[in-house]
Amino acid sequence: MTATSPVEQVGGGVATYVDQRIGSNKFLARNLGKVFPDHWSFMLGEIALYSFIVVLLTGTFLTLFFKPSMAEVLYDGSYVPLKGIKMSQAYSSTLDISFDVRGGLLLRQMHHWAALIFIAAMSVHMFRVFFTGAFRKPREFNWIIGVALVTLGLGAGFSGYSLPDDLLSGTGLQIARGIMQSIPVIGTWMAFLLFGGEFPGTEFISRLYGVHILLIPGLILALVTIHLMLVWTQKHTQFPGPGRTNDNVVGYPLMPVYMAKAGGFFFVVFGVIALIGGLVTINPIWIFGPFMPDQVSAGSQPDWYIGWLDGALRTMPNIESSLFGFTISWNIFIPAVVIPGIIFTALALYPFLEAWVTGDKKEHHLLDRPRNAPTRTGIGVMALTFYLLLWVGGGNDIIAITFGLSINSIIWFLRIALIILPPIMFIVTRRICLSLQRRDREKLLHGYESGRILRLPHGEFIEVHQPINAKEMAVITGKTDITPLPLPPATDADGVRNKHFQVKKLRAKLSGFFYSENIALPTAAEIEAGQHHAEHAAAIEAPLHAYEDADQINRAHGGVLHHPGMPLTNAEQLAEDGGHL
Amino acid sequence: MSDHSTPDSHENLPAKLGYSPLADIEHKPRLTDTDPKAARRAERQVATMFVLSILLVIAFVVAYIGIDKSTIVYIPLFGEVGASNFALGLCMGLAVFLIGAGAIQWAKKLMPDTEVVAQRHEMASPEAATDEAEANYQRGKTESGFAQYKIIRRTLIGALALFPIPLVIMLRDLWSTPAGSPSPDAILSKTLWKKGERIVVDGTYTPVKAADLPVGGLISAVPADLLEVEEVEGNLNARAKAAIIVIRMDPSEIRSQQGDGWDYQGILAYSKICTHVGCPIALYEQRTHHLLCPCHQSTFDLADAGNVIFGPAARRMPQLPIGVDAEGYLVAMSDFAEPIGPSFWERG
Repeated sequence: MTATSPVEQVGGGVATYVDQRIGSNKFLARNLGKVFPDHWSFMLGEIALYSFIVVLLTGTFLTLFFKPSMAEVLYDGSYVPLKGIKMSQAYSSTLDISFDVRGGLLLRQMHHWAALIFIAAMSVHMFRVFFTGAFRKPREFNWIIGVALVTLGLGAGFSGYSLPDDLLSGTGLQIARGIMQSIPVIGTWMAFLLFGGEFPGTEFISRLYGVHILLIPGLILALVTIHLMLVWTQKHTQFPGPGRTNDNVVGYPLMPVYMAKAGGFFFVVFGVIALIGGLVTINPIWIFGPFMPDQVSAGSQPDWYIGWLDGALRTMPNIESSLFGFTISWNIFIPAVVIPGIIFTALALYPFLEAWVTGDKKEHHLLDRPRNAPTRTGIGVMALTFYLLLWVGGGNDIIAITFGLSINSIIWFLRIALIILPPIMFIVTRRICLSLQRRDREKLLHGYESGRILRLPHGEFIEVHQPINAKEMAVITGKTDITPLPLPPATDADGVRNKHFQVKKLRAKLSGFFYSENIALPTAAEIEAGQHHAEHAAAIEAPLHAYEDADQINRAHGGVLHHPGMPLTNAEQLAEDGGHL
Repeated sequence: MSDHSTPDSHENLPAKLGYSPLADIEHKPRLTDTDPKAARRAERQVATMFVLSILLVIAFVVAYIGIDKSTIVYIPLFGEVGASNFALGLCMGLAVFLIGAGAIQWAKKLMPDTEVVAQRHEMASPEAATDEAEANYQRGKTESGFAQYKIIRRTLIGALALFPIPLVIMLRDLWSTPAGSPSPDAILSKTLWKKGERIVVDGTYTPVKAADLPVGGLISAVPADLLEVEEVEGNLNARAKAAIIVIRMDPSEIRSQQGDGWDYQGILAYSKICTHVGCPIALYEQRTHHLLCPCHQSTFDLADAGNVIFGPAARRMPQLPIGVDAEGYLVAMSDFAEPIGPSFWERG
């Protein structure tokens, strides 16, 4: 310790005291200089984390004033239009928070906005991780934790949305109950148990409250902690760039730069949420009125993250069947239970499916650029297309009114598009990725197009290519080429049938599909030659005159770049000067 | 490499922190690295943001105390807003934001911006550790006799498998079944409507004379008993099942009904609860007699026995048979003939 100021002496004393008891200095020695790579997309996870902290802080405040009870009261607060109206205590206390607690509306709105931002940031963070292949070995567990966090986030959002017991949230619960009842065999009983009887009953909000303020946030907090600890031990991934390899991590040290930037960013996120919470109204529950099971308002919309589920419900054809005296509501069970189940299961399993198909067992710390994994990127865009179409379905009434369309045609469009568009988007995305790879290869071999058009003496126009810079070179060559798995032999050397032939053949075929048409990076020698050529070509094809000069000549003489009697290019000058450029 | 020479530049950090400067990363010095004036300016900017943050917190406290919670003010671009909420949000938001902005400005302008390198290590443990773990496991296995005492192993697995059962069983009383223990499907299949039950307007609870409802008219209605039942039960369950809409159309327009003579002179009563997932329905198009659910757009044709003509609902809207009592008021002739609302497994 070389502490100088009194404050530092005290700090050093504390550090020693703590260290002697928990050995913290070992941790500090290892980690104060820990390196974190920088990229704007790495902020997405930070936004998710910070907005979650804001949700916790504001939520704690709200619990002090909210009364999670469905007992009936007559409203006697300061919002005049609802005075004397019968409503639940939950709704009445939410009105009190909004009108009679100073700063209450601000914190309620911050809570809601932060929740929306939390789920949005998690989703976009997940897209980033998916499209860059950050979920590959060794980060598969963290991917699964992430999927669980998104799922819990949806649960947290929906349970919170339902608590104020206003007309909109009650309608959401009514729908949730309808969905529960569609589950074969156990659905009816499940709904009766959870609601303590029929809908709406008097129990559900207080039960949901426990789930919303304890169970789900507790799980999220635990999983977030593990998520971050894993990021810490595994060290953050990085994009390819100069000096960056699969074996190192290039970036800024925790102390001081990363601490200041990431810590400062927490306050930025907090501040922005507080500003939005103060300036932008969200969920004005006083307009909707208290929940009544026989009332509804047109244009009912859930929060954005439930939109895709609502869209799935709206789009599904009305199939219901009756078997042996039992009813199965396919029209509800499939879109609201089966499809989300498949989507989240597929999400969680994706890293393992991809690793199995590709046979890739290496650790990956260098991120893929999306173009360099065309099949994965295609699959991602396919899934996104499906999701976005469902989301559009969730707003079909709003779209119909805004654009003067028929709801029926929108639904029919979606029913067809949900099947046809995703595969089309897969193919298109994959082709775009492959083309971008070709362009990268082209750049490595022949340099980039400088935008300078040159007219040669014999009249031909050419564009001068310039060699790419070291950074771009590093980014492009950060790609790894992988060869597909070979087809397995049907029999071994002794002619014995290969037991797992069919499975292995399928795997080899999928692997071929995954990596087929890969545009291989040129070899180092080819790049060398190509870059050298580009450099050389740029030099000899360049006009002799300074470019500003050439521009003047260009303007004056309609594109002719030389004066009569002068050498036309550096190449000619070279010849005249005997090879000295 | 950076050519700035602040005392904390990375070249001077102890080597054991584990990173080394990276030679081939291009680094352009910032203005604050080369120009002391620019560095001082950045220092002032950061400090100004922190000072503003302090002032804004004071402003927050003043606004909290000084602004009455019911004051409404007009703010350009935002319109009529609650003054307290607006001021508190603005002060707190900016105060917190400026702390962050100051810290980031500090990091960007004054802290070193040279990237550094650290080595990664394979996640897998070294072989020696794996061997030691394996040895420890084998020792534990032998010492406990887990492999040897087959019967202990099996009974333990059995006991562990059963111990969550009490925890699950105790969930049963989440719903304490009412006396006479009716099953969920029996409860779902029964509503307050019965023969002679008067139809009253929702909200005013006044009975309806057939003559008062013109052709093309629509009312939201509930059973006359509802208020009393709600008082006794203290919940909205009865309302959630019994809500109906009553419409009147020219009898010649009725193409079919769910039962013969279930209308009264062109007056029809249908459940208000959607057979899809249970939203209350109120969007009625008088000209086509279509009833549209605002939640998922299921569409029912009330002139044709409430059949589904579009959307995700699979079942027709249940019809309530109606007539008039001795005084000429609309009454139900019986309960619904089928369960109202969303389908369920035991519905059949």
